[in-house]
Amino acid sequence: MSKATIDLPPKGGFSFDLCRRNDMLSKKGVRPPSYRKTGTTIVGIIFQDGVILGADTRATEGPIVCDKNCEKIHYMAPNIYCCGAGTAADTEAVTDMVSSQLQLHRYHTGRESRVVTALTFLKRHLFNYQGHVQAALVLGGVDFTGPHLHTIYPHGSTDTLPFATMGSGSLAAMSVFESKYREGLTKDEGINLVSEAICAGIFNDLGSGSNVDICVITKGHKEYLRNHLLPNADVYALKREYTFPKKTEVLLTKITPLRAKVKIIEGGDAMEE
Amino acid sequence: MDAEHVRDCWSCSLGSERTMNPYVTGTSVLAVKYRDGILMAADMGGSYGSTLRYKTIERIKPIGKHSLLGASGEISDFQEILRYLDELILYDNMWDDGNSLGPKELHNYLTRVMYNRRNKFNPLWNSLVLGGVKNGQKYLGMVSMLGVSFEENHVATGFGNHLARPILRDEWNENLSFEDAVKLLEKCMRVLLYRDRSPVNKLQIVKITEEGTTNFPPYSLKTFWGFESYENPTVGEHVPLNCIRIRL
Repeated sequence: MSKATIDLPPKGGFSFDLCRRNDMLSKKGVRPPSYRKTGTTIVGIIFQDGVILGADTRATEGPIVCDKNCEKIHYMAPNIYCCGAGTAADTEAVTDMVSSQLQLHRYHTGRESRVVTALTFLKRHLFNYQGHVQAALVLGGVDFTGPHLHTIYPHGSTDTLPFATMGSGSLAAMSVFESKYREGLTKDEGINLVSEAICAGIFNDLGSGSNVDICVITKGHKEYLRNHLLPNADVYALKREYTFPKKTEVLLTKITPLRAKVKIIEGGDAMEE
Repeated sequence: MDAEHVRDCWSCSLGSERTMNPYVTGTSVLAVKYRDGILMAADMGGSYGSTLRYKTIERIKPIGKHSLLGASGEISDFQEILRYLDELILYDNMWDDGNSLGPKELHNYLTRVMYNRRNKFNPLWNSLVLGGVKNGQKYLGMVSMLGVSFEENHVATGFGNHLARPILRDEWNENLSFEDAVKLLEKCMRVLLYRDRSPVNKLQIVKITEEGTTNFPPYSLKTFWGFESYENPTVGEHVPLNCIRIRL
């Protein structure tokens, strides 16, 4: 029975073969590199004409801010956008993948994508990976059945809500929503409310910071307001109204032709090679 | 050496004499300085693990003539602290010298007590909020179970740290009237009621001014559950049966 242990091709999903080795290494003091996370505040609300999504723009690697102005609102379909919190690679990969799947689905059906389709693709994928794909998402869009807003947790559960927050700053943002949200907001009121919620996350949570990104989706139309608010602008930068000259000042120019100093001998000895 | 190992060491043959876990706990306490004094609010629930066991626990008590003490965390430790403070106030009154302990002094005393207990690995499992007015000076401070103490214009313990602090930071100002301060605290307590699992919808609000303490009768907050999405969460998720389907 020499062929008893055939090398079967991997069936998909993650391979946990290196976990024992990693455990042993961490016991010996070798710490694994920390993931680039988007310790984040992401929010979404339903207003009278559609959905507004908002996100901060800080990406952290442990205690360090690795990207001051990253984009957390990802494109899924012309009428659907998705904010992502958790491990940055996971959120990007998952949203990219589902965005492609939605495009293929659109070609197949010949219709505009529905938000619940995106929701189902995402939740099936995440549940399949049993929470190891650490992506917490706020999915929002407007399709022919109306505006929809959903939250998706890393293990694959979903919620349908009128207002939603995710990420480390979710509690701060939720406190703003729970005290100020009401149904039937106009677009400007909605944008203000979302900005307030993200600012609450930016100023009260260490994992969130920098700027506010907003995306407004209505029937047949979307507006991506990148860096809509810059509450942490670089105000302490020196505003120079004078410039230093770029070279040393020339005080005096005097040209002395060299010919006068050198005796030129015509036809001298050839140079030695 | 992980927590379990430490616990086994300490709770040896004599049984555990150190607080390792809280049993009956109260959730957040909020307090703000307003124009005339301090306003403190807490719900009246005491949870035994995940059971809401007691629903009429007063977690804010007046101490002496000038202060209010609110506590979240283990209720029995709070009662112990009240006993210590009772002794302290009694001893101080017996001097009968016209002087009385103000909120600053009590805050300092509590900080020392909490820090010393933590150093012995036997903490009083509370986050205390101490506020008061003495000689026209308002004072509001907090002590945690590790002995971290500070003074602030608005404080929140427990879950209130995450849910109430953003609102307080945004909307607190020096000259809040009594009604505005109550509205602000109610706003925060409502968010806590929605998003923290432990509070009971029964608020205790106590105010302290130069004139003294006023205990208001407990009341409930109105909550709103009427969002359209809550009533119809799966709208749009399937094509209704009576819809006409067009076959191409």
